[in-house]
Amino acid sequence: MLESFYQFEFLRNALWAGLLVSIACGVIGTLVVVNRLVFLAGGIAHAAFGGVGLAYYSGLPPLACTSVFSVLAALGMGGVRLLSKSRPDTIIGAMWAFGMAVGIILVDLTPGYHADLFGYLFGSILAVTQADLIFIMLIDLLIMTIVFRYNQELIAISYDPEYATVCGLPVMLIRGLLLILVALSIVMMIRVVGLILVIALLSIPAAIAEELTVSLCKMMVLSVIISAVCIVAGLWLSFVFDLASGASIILLTAVVYLVFISGKRLLTQVMRPAAT
Amino acid sequence: MNKKENNSQVPVVSVANVSFAYDHLSVLEDINLTIHKGDFLGIIGPNGGGKTTLVKIILGLLKPQKGTINVLGTSPKNARSQVAYVPQHAPEDREFPITVWEVALQGRLQSSGWGYRYTREDRQRAADELQRVEMWEFRKRPISALSGGQRQRVFLARALCRDPEILFLDEPTVGIDSRAQENIYDLLQKLNQHITIVIITHDIGVISQYVRSVACVNRILIAHNEGLITAEMLEKTYNCPVDLIAHGVPHRLFQPHSS
Repeated sequence: MLESFYQFEFLRNALWAGLLVSIACGVIGTLVVVNRLVFLAGGIAHAAFGGVGLAYYSGLPPLACTSVFSVLAALGMGGVRLLSKSRPDTIIGAMWAFGMAVGIILVDLTPGYHADLFGYLFGSILAVTQADLIFIMLIDLLIMTIVFRYNQELIAISYDPEYATVCGLPVMLIRGLLLILVALSIVMMIRVVGLILVIALLSIPAAIAEELTVSLCKMMVLSVIISAVCIVAGLWLSFVFDLASGASIILLTAVVYLVFISGKRLLTQVMRPAAT
Repeated sequence: MNKKENNSQVPVVSVANVSFAYDHLSVLEDINLTIHKGDFLGIIGPNGGGKTTLVKIILGLLKPQKGTINVLGTSPKNARSQVAYVPQHAPEDREFPITVWEVALQGRLQSSGWGYRYTREDRQRAADELQRVEMWEFRKRPISALSGGQRQRVFLARALCRDPEILFLDEPTVGIDSRAQENIYDLLQKLNQHITIVIITHDIGVISQYVRSVACVNRILIAHNEGLITAEMLEKTYNCPVDLIAHGVPHRLFQPHSS
């Protein structure tokens, strides 16, 4: 693989994309998990397909189109979650499917054969271009700047939003900002694993990290590392066995998670009689 | 205990004609309540009677459909830097990777444009308050690993870090054994020398020894008077015979407590 790595630019790009995406995965994934936004994130990822369809239909640049569509979907779902008194998840589920349906119809209405459509659904890390890399890098930079500057505020609104309000923090504003970051992360992750599998990459590394640490900042760092290892190893597996890259990454991540939780359970069962 | 009557007439909270409803379901109706400086007010009433709603309105977390609230001469929102709140403890919601130390420090958090950074003074205050509630040794523990009483003491430290004028507590002793309960009340009594305290509670028997005044809330404000809980008040508040309420509660409950 090493030779091919030097030989082919697309492999280098893929590796860089994987590493850069893991920053967003770890940092935003952690905030998604502790804020119980996993379902909402899944909704954003699927509604984003509406943006893809719009880009096909109108000829607008797909990245910009998908980003705007996802951000709007995120803010809409966030608003529903906040305002709806009964079962916000039902409405979010409806928006999830609605976005997807809009995308499909718009693609249908666009003449021609859409070979790269598959890439949006299942990821196409091997087709990442230099322009994609720059987009991913910019979003990473934005995420890191905001999370670094506002880490105490983010911790406060995640842990106890009511108390944060009493402290005088602009809770709505910070929540809105977080949702925008989640939406942009999802758009970049769609490139790597596809919109159907995004939810796994956002939640699994953070879920593993949460078991290993007691602070949110450490949880972020740890899940960045876990995401990076899983993405790079998944990429390598897909290359060696000639499998779909996005699915290989998610499969590996899921297996790591399963092994981790069963290992942990086994360990506590073995440790318990020894301790008494 | 020597009650300082001289400052007890300065109002710090005034609630006037306040009504609140969740989706047309009336929770509070025409509440008028004045809390004076230095008061130790116990708010009692049945579950769903609107006690928490009333406190949340005074904190500015909920907006009433009718009426006005004045806290420390201004709106609840503007008074936020001078009040603190110990929320009702809900262990199932507290699964979160955060240490005792970080929770206490949050008491010093305030809004600032470009992200807040804790100062040395913030750390000092958080350390002092954790020591005051005897939770300093636990500072590195995750908050989820604490017992209910310990957690409640950490939330109290977090609230005290803000140097509040008024401290609100929402059922701080639920699920805590009686000795830990007494510790919390003793601490509150000490704090009451400088801070106005408003506490929502079900410990009718216990609070009668500590509070200076009592408000009974069950959709309407049934009674608000100095320190003594009468059988009649309870009957009106809980809408049922008092011996049911008083079951298992010491008889002294019904006597005016002496200083």
